[in-house]
Amino acid sequence: MNTIFVIEQLLNGIGYGFMLFMLAAGLTLVFGIMDTMNLAHGSLYMAGAYVAAKVHAGSGFFVGGVLIAVAITVLIAFLLEMVIVRRLYQRDHLAQVLATFGIILIADDLVHALWGPSPIMAPTPAALTGPVQVLDGLPYPSYRLLMIGTGLVVAIGLYLLVNRTRLGMLVRAGASNRRMAEFMGVRVARVFSFVFALGAALAALAGALMGPISAVQIGMGESILIPALVVIVIGGIGSIRGAFVASLLVGMIDTAGRAFLPPLLRAVLPPTLAADLGPALAGIAMYLLMATVLSLKPAGLFPARS
Amino acid sequence: MSSVPLSSQAVSRPRASAPLRFAPWVVLAALAAIPLVAPAFGLDYYIEFVRRVLIVTIAAASLNVILGYGGMVALGHAGFIGVGAYTVVALVDAGFDQVWLAWPLAMLAAAGFAAIIGAISLRTRGVYFIMITLAFAQMLYYVAVSLSTYGGDDGYGIYSPLSLGWFEGWHPHMLYWIVLALAAAAFALVGRLAGSRFGKALQGIRDNETRMAAMGYPVFAIKLAAFVGAAAVAGLAGAMLAVNNAFVSPSLMHWTESATLLVMVVLGGLGRRWGAPLGVAVWMTLAEVLKLHTAYWHWPMGVALLLVVFFAPRGLAALADRRREAA
Repeated sequence: MNTIFVIEQLLNGIGYGFMLFMLAAGLTLVFGIMDTMNLAHGSLYMAGAYVAAKVHAGSGFFVGGVLIAVAITVLIAFLLEMVIVRRLYQRDHLAQVLATFGIILIADDLVHALWGPSPIMAPTPAALTGPVQVLDGLPYPSYRLLMIGTGLVVAIGLYLLVNRTRLGMLVRAGASNRRMAEFMGVRVARVFSFVFALGAALAALAGALMGPISAVQIGMGESILIPALVVIVIGGIGSIRGAFVASLLVGMIDTAGRAFLPPLLRAVLPPTLAADLGPALAGIAMYLLMATVLSLKPAGLFPARS
Repeated sequence: MSSVPLSSQAVSRPRASAPLRFAPWVVLAALAAIPLVAPAFGLDYYIEFVRRVLIVTIAAASLNVILGYGGMVALGHAGFIGVGAYTVVALVDAGFDQVWLAWPLAMLAAAGFAAIIGAISLRTRGVYFIMITLAFAQMLYYVAVSLSTYGGDDGYGIYSPLSLGWFEGWHPHMLYWIVLALAAAAFALVGRLAGSRFGKALQGIRDNETRMAAMGYPVFAIKLAAFVGAAAVAGLAGAMLAVNNAFVSPSLMHWTESATLLVMVVLGGLGRRWGAPLGVAVWMTLAEVLKLHTAYWHWPMGVALLLVVFFAPRGLAALADRRREAA
């Protein structure tokens, strides 16, 4: 294990962390403002990945594919919010879990019917297939650099939107105290519709970008949803800043755990035990982090509610 | 105090009319007759199916206690099912094949895990409780995935059937009746619990925790006891599933399994003794029938779920009440 390997893995961790952030940002705002648990957020991510992969493979335009994916997903989210999610605000979390789980079931079958049961190939854009010499002796895939760059732009954009605009002020007001914001004349429901669509756009973007480096398949939404939920719980529900810190933390810990733990354990433990323990510890690392954070700070690192 | 979360389902109901009072016995007799009747019609496959439904009913009944009576939305119940199943795997792997040893040990193991998990999780509430129970179940899932001794991701096949001890060899479907007896016991227990001191205290905590604490009830201990007890029963169900399927894999404790269990309980009726059996039977039968006819069997289930959430939020078991109220 040398420095180059460590830096490479850290970069991977940052890339994964940014993707998690794009998912978690929407999720945490929906959660924070309307106290609504949306398990179907992963399905929007899946929609983004599928549409982008299909359009890119069909037309050859990567950016076009991503944009169309975002547009279509926002449209889906708009309908979803209007028909179903809007009716769930007043219900308890259990009803929200059940209804959005139902949406997952419907979405998975819809994708199955449209694009078949097997995973599809999401091509890497031709211009970005080669590596870039990041440091001396560290060639790094240029596509992953694009992911990090996009994540950074989104994070900065979101920060400016939430902290520097009037709309962002309304969003923050809704997240910290919805009732008070309503008293003050904020149309929280309308703000929420916007936030839901924004969250969907970010989820679709994350899905479209993750497509070429992961499997585009049914169930991809369910498997990324759990880390995203872990992120928003660690960061503090409703807090964009918390989601940002927590997603980088989770991205790093998850990647580092998978890359560094097995070799480390092999060095100190008998090989059969290390072979069992390494992947187990790597898999549970982020959940351990969450359990630790919650036992110390029960409302997450950056609680948004006053 | 006017806060009534989640509850208002299990309020005192009018005494069941005569036909309803005998319903459990009628259902029990009908179920007990299945292994004798089904082969005559060439429906042997359905004996195994009903057995699976009964086992899942036991798990759902245990969840119904903490969810319906206790108001604890635990999204990690499948984790305890997995602990029970893997206890059986560990024993079989070590050469023990007695069901009557494996099942109690599975309950103990699940209770042990639940004591630790519950002691940490029950300090949080609301969404955080949902998430932390989910996180612990995911941890158990990843531990199971990495247990290469027991097949890891591919699972573990139990090739020689476990011995039923004294009952061994009485009848080819002995396992079915044992499962049925335990499911009936779980059903009776859930019904009894509602009226018991412990059950009343649990429902009191669900409705107003502060008040119960002020009245001197050991709130945390009661919740933990319910959580551990429910996990032990879920562990039993997992151990029974291991014997029933002769195969155990980590997918048993994937988070969607926990969610499905929640779905079945709510579909049936929260905090009602008929909730678990009705919910499980309807959900699993629906899945079975749909799978038979189409590869697209998820979406009708999803639609059914949305319909329940919006039009029958108190579950199927409550529909009978409503009719009675209307009459």
